[in-house]
Amino acid sequence: MLASQIGYYSLILGLLLTFLLCGVSIKDFNNSNKRVNQNIYTLLFLQLVLVVVSFLSLILSFIKSDFSNETVFNNSHTTKPLFYKISGTWGNHEGSLLLWLLVLTLFIFLFLVKSREQPKKYRILTLLFQQLIIIGFFLFVLMTSNPFNYLFPVPTEGLGLNPILQDPALAVHPPLLYLGYVGSSIIFSASLAAVTQNYISKEWGQHIKIWILISWIFLTIGIMLGSIWAYYELGWGGFWFWDPVENVSLMPWLTLTALLHSILLLERKTILTSWVVILSIATFTLSMCGTFLVRSGILNSVHTFANDPARGIFILIFLFVLIFLSLVIFFLFHKENNKVSNNFFWLSKESSILVNNWFMMYFLSVVLIGTIYPIFLDVISEEKISVGPPFYHKLIAPFLVPFLLFMALGPQLKWIKSKIENKISLILFFIISVVLTFIILKNLSTDLLFFTVLISAAFFLFFTTLKELFVKKFNNISQLIAHFGFSLFLLAILFNSILSSEVITNIKVGEKYNYNKSEIFFEKIKEKKESNYNSIVGFFKITDENGKTIQLKPEVRIYNQPIIITSEADIKTTLLEDKFLVMNLVKGDEYFNIRYQVKPFMLWIWISVLLISFGGIMSLLKKKYEK
Amino acid sequence: MYGKKVKLRVLFLVVILISVILSVFLILQSLKDNVVYFKSPSEIKSLIELNKKKIRVGGMVKVQSIIINSNEIKFVITDFKNEINVNYSGAVPNLFAEGKGVVAEGFLKDRNYFLATKILAKHDENYMPPEIKEAIGDK
Repeated sequence: MLASQIGYYSLILGLLLTFLLCGVSIKDFNNSNKRVNQNIYTLLFLQLVLVVVSFLSLILSFIKSDFSNETVFNNSHTTKPLFYKISGTWGNHEGSLLLWLLVLTLFIFLFLVKSREQPKKYRILTLLFQQLIIIGFFLFVLMTSNPFNYLFPVPTEGLGLNPILQDPALAVHPPLLYLGYVGSSIIFSASLAAVTQNYISKEWGQHIKIWILISWIFLTIGIMLGSIWAYYELGWGGFWFWDPVENVSLMPWLTLTALLHSILLLERKTILTSWVVILSIATFTLSMCGTFLVRSGILNSVHTFANDPARGIFILIFLFVLIFLSLVIFFLFHKENNKVSNNFFWLSKESSILVNNWFMMYFLSVVLIGTIYPIFLDVISEEKISVGPPFYHKLIAPFLVPFLLFMALGPQLKWIKSKIENKISLILFFIISVVLTFIILKNLSTDLLFFTVLISAAFFLFFTTLKELFVKKFNNISQLIAHFGFSLFLLAILFNSILSSEVITNIKVGEKYNYNKSEIFFEKIKEKKESNYNSIVGFFKITDENGKTIQLKPEVRIYNQPIIITSEADIKTTLLEDKFLVMNLVKGDEYFNIRYQVKPFMLWIWISVLLISFGGIMSLLKKKYEK
Repeated sequence: MYGKKVKLRVLFLVVILISVILSVFLILQSLKDNVVYFKSPSEIKSLIELNKKKIRVGGMVKVQSIIINSNEIKFVITDFKNEINVNYSGAVPNLFAEGKGVVAEGFLKDRNYFLATKILAKHDENYMPPEIKEAIGDK
């Protein structure tokens, strides 16, 4: 009650303060003083404190189960464990937007503190652009999705949080993803400020690279956590479904990755300046589009949550204003720097980075078209369609082959002009990869030529980066780790998709199901009572073709508030494979619907993504160290 | 004649142009092949011809319609105007239940009979396919 009021008024105060902050900043911008006015720091800090207070009071309302707050009433329940009461704060629309706002204010504060050696006018302009976004979010939260709406009469019990969201991975997934998205807003504001100040230079490149790395790392790990969650919670055993909601998080990742590579050129040679600015604008725009599409209900997605069209329109208008503004600034102020010669030989690090960007843009256009085409068709012809995984596989997989080869060779090239060195070892690696792939695939039942080519390319990248990791001096270890991680990632995915096996059947207690010399025995069920759910635990004994028996205990949970049935898969993870069993009630009949999957190398998919992001972290540390 | 540099640039532009056109063509082509249409039972009833492509059918699972045995699950999808029988052998999602929204993917046998290959989960227990919302709203 009190907490909600405090939260609400500190939000309003925060908005007013933002206007004040903008005023002071504009005044200071025209001031010839070399240093940023101390008041700006103070105001910015106050702004952050106000949003933090607001956020904390929302958390407090959740902890106390204060049902006079509409958001708490809609998304919480007294019997929910404390951990999920807290994580429920950002598990809903209103709270998640407040979190966006919090991260926005936090990042711009950090930006101002950490950019002291940059020109003053550039810093203040970045601040102003960022405040524009912040004002937009303040208005959005206060006008369309106020988390502190008052309910009267006060309900005695809340509606509860969707049980599918009551999960540790999903408690951390949105904040990490938002850190990535919001980091891209700093890149956006900073590059617009740099364009207006004609400050796109090597120094700027080095300074903005840190923010690019930070957002990229958070986005990578954020996407991975969402994927892990989907893997064990949704119970269909895959980890990526090319669902629109997943795609919208992948799209900014692709542009951010392109940015991460092209900034290398900018910070060394001041080339590709316009391209970097365009990528910065695109990354943030795509992040915003993601929020818009997920929240507006326009997407026909399996992740669809209840939503409100008014919100979508607000974000859409906001988005158009931002895009329009940034394009105007870009065309009015941007001057191509003609002094620097941008000649480089076709075989050089420069061209290989360009190639990376081309591939990224191609992947982006595939994902973009696949995601928005259904919306487009719905609007013009009222046909409802969806675009399935085969579309993406068909269009992306063949291009991975040259992509992987470039990834292996590109980093070994020198700047400006280069020759391919170590030809013999490269050829050797290439032959080894092909032979190895051939031997492996020959023993499996896949005869596909396509897989041989793709896996050979992945092995090639694997071996070349591995060799470099062992032999080389460690000047570009971050790149090597990331590229090595990517090769591991593709190998894991490919072998996983080739070797996975699955059995689906309906089975009664006490029955045995036989297939391929293996046996699934449904021993018994046990009932269990928890504070917010009852569960049925199934005991299964599974004997594989080697006669080894394992026990798996999948669960069906019946949550009491809201009344929802979820199934918890039981997964036995080893280094080599995951054994995955999930069961479902169909009708309260004696039959249970079970799905048993053996999925090789699942663990390596997660490990390799961690390795990729670890490459980013190394790069960040190296930067710190050099300073 | 033109210098080497100009020639190189022209070549470069041509290569870019060709690759852009090629990729757009590729994307649109495979879009055509891989699109899955979404229909309600009423729309299926009024189809003029049946084709063999994969489609999705959305609606509510009719109350008292689920029948299960060891190989398959049979149920009826309804939009409260028309209904269609579904045969399915595969895994069912958590939120699959009588009286709840469902989206099934698969192939039409005829206008009354659908062979599902996949049943899609919805995260939200209050989810309803948009058409059904409209249909109920009409009532």
